[in-house]
Amino acid sequence: MSSPIPTKDAKIELKNVHKRFGKKIVLHDLSLTIPKGKSLVVIGGSGSGKSVMLKCMLGIIRPEKGSIKVDGKEVTRLPGSDREKVLTKFGMLFQNAALFDSLPVWENVAFGLIQGRNMRRKDAKDIAIEKLGQVGLAPEVGDLHPAELSGGMQKRVGLARAIATDPEIIFFDEPTTGLDPIMADVINDLIVNSVKELGATALSITHDMASARKIADYIAMIYKGEIIWAGTRDEVDQSGNEYVDQFIHGRADGPIQMDVLKP
Amino acid sequence: MNPLAIIGNVVLTALGETGRLSLFTWTAVTHILRPPLYWRLIGQQMMRIGYFSLPVVALTSFFTGGVLALQIYYGSDQFNSESIVATIVALGITRELGPVLAGLMVAGRAAAAIAAELGTMRVTEQIDALTTLSTNPFKYLVVPRIVAAVITLPALVFVGDVIGIFGGFVVGTQSLDFNSGVYIKTTVDFLELDDVTSGLIKSSIFGFIIAVMGCYQGFHSKGGALGVGRATTNAVVISSILILAANYVMTSLFFSS
Repeated sequence: MSSPIPTKDAKIELKNVHKRFGKKIVLHDLSLTIPKGKSLVVIGGSGSGKSVMLKCMLGIIRPEKGSIKVDGKEVTRLPGSDREKVLTKFGMLFQNAALFDSLPVWENVAFGLIQGRNMRRKDAKDIAIEKLGQVGLAPEVGDLHPAELSGGMQKRVGLARAIATDPEIIFFDEPTTGLDPIMADVINDLIVNSVKELGATALSITHDMASARKIADYIAMIYKGEIIWAGTRDEVDQSGNEYVDQFIHGRADGPIQMDVLKP
Repeated sequence: MNPLAIIGNVVLTALGETGRLSLFTWTAVTHILRPPLYWRLIGQQMMRIGYFSLPVVALTSFFTGGVLALQIYYGSDQFNSESIVATIVALGITRELGPVLAGLMVAGRAAAAIAAELGTMRVTEQIDALTTLSTNPFKYLVVPRIVAAVITLPALVFVGDVIGIFGGFVVGTQSLDFNSGVYIKTTVDFLELDDVTSGLIKSSIFGFIIAVMGCYQGFHSKGGALGVGRATTNAVVISSILILAANYVMTSLFFSS
């Protein structure tokens, strides 16, 4: 299908990306464009290939075929040191925050500054405390360890870490999963504000439609490793695509069939 | 199922695992040789792997030295050659029992801890998070553990050697009525520098095996808590077997002439 997302001024561009694990094809000639400075949300069910797509872009997983470009530069098969340079443009909020258990909160937030940019620890700590403030956490939280925080607070710390280096691109992996509706909305607001303040390009993957509607400029749907629909946030309700309709309304009946044993 | 297919499957799996381990080890070694090294993390790991293993290594060495003295005494008593007790305790501890027992003890303690820590980091995406923060997980996680283990194991074994010989001395002088001066003189006269250094070289290799197996198993764990548990068990079992096998090979090389 031809994507209605503008391909001009693309920050990230995926073309015919293909990835399989054993016999299972996870990404099937997937093509997607993320325009510079815009927020794209990819929706899709569990096991549809969302997380693998994200990890391919970050170089954590290498696709068998296809091209991934960041700022027009091919990054699919970059060697280690060049990849580390490209990754300085990225920030990422993981589904379960993925905070480092052994480090206090402030050092988690400042990690990219200290290790990635060789900043002095004291200067990095000042920035970390400032970023914690931006996500609504008091400076004292900086001295706690991740295990002492609630799920919502961990997500906020993860967000502070994602924005600490003022990245050009931010990925959000299921940012609201496991949170109550109010905390989910707080996180959504923080994401919108952070992306706006930084002028960053954002890519989120989620199956939470309330979150998608709030943080997206564009929405794309992935199904069986392919992008089957893409459009603006306002177009999603009139997509004319039965897969998208079934997904956004959360119906069990429709073209998407779940593998459940029936009595 | 066809028995040949089963055998083929086992052989292919073993070869695949060997290949992955070899590549992992090669990548780790190349990262050790290329700066930067995280000295602060190396220091932390030296404390965890070395310093905190000291009590268990010290106790093991002490009792092993003591029991060695008893057994040699009861054996040599039949031939009226009790005077060899001090010599055999010193040689046995420095050449074999010191490094092997310290290696096995640290494998049980440190390899398990490394595999569990890295395995948990893998399944909770903390290792992926390192990558997104422009930090090479090999440099940050694997290299400090290997360097720390290679440096601290010989230090641990040296302390263990001293305590093991002391264990033999205590049993020899307190239970077997050896003269303390004669016991010490016999030990010093017969113990050569090569006996100690061969044990220290062995222990350095054991440290490398322990850290690589702990890191490899942790790095490749998957499947949640069950996977982390499996990685931990594999790290201890495989590193223990490799330590015993490597000890045989090194003993053959060092003492064959």
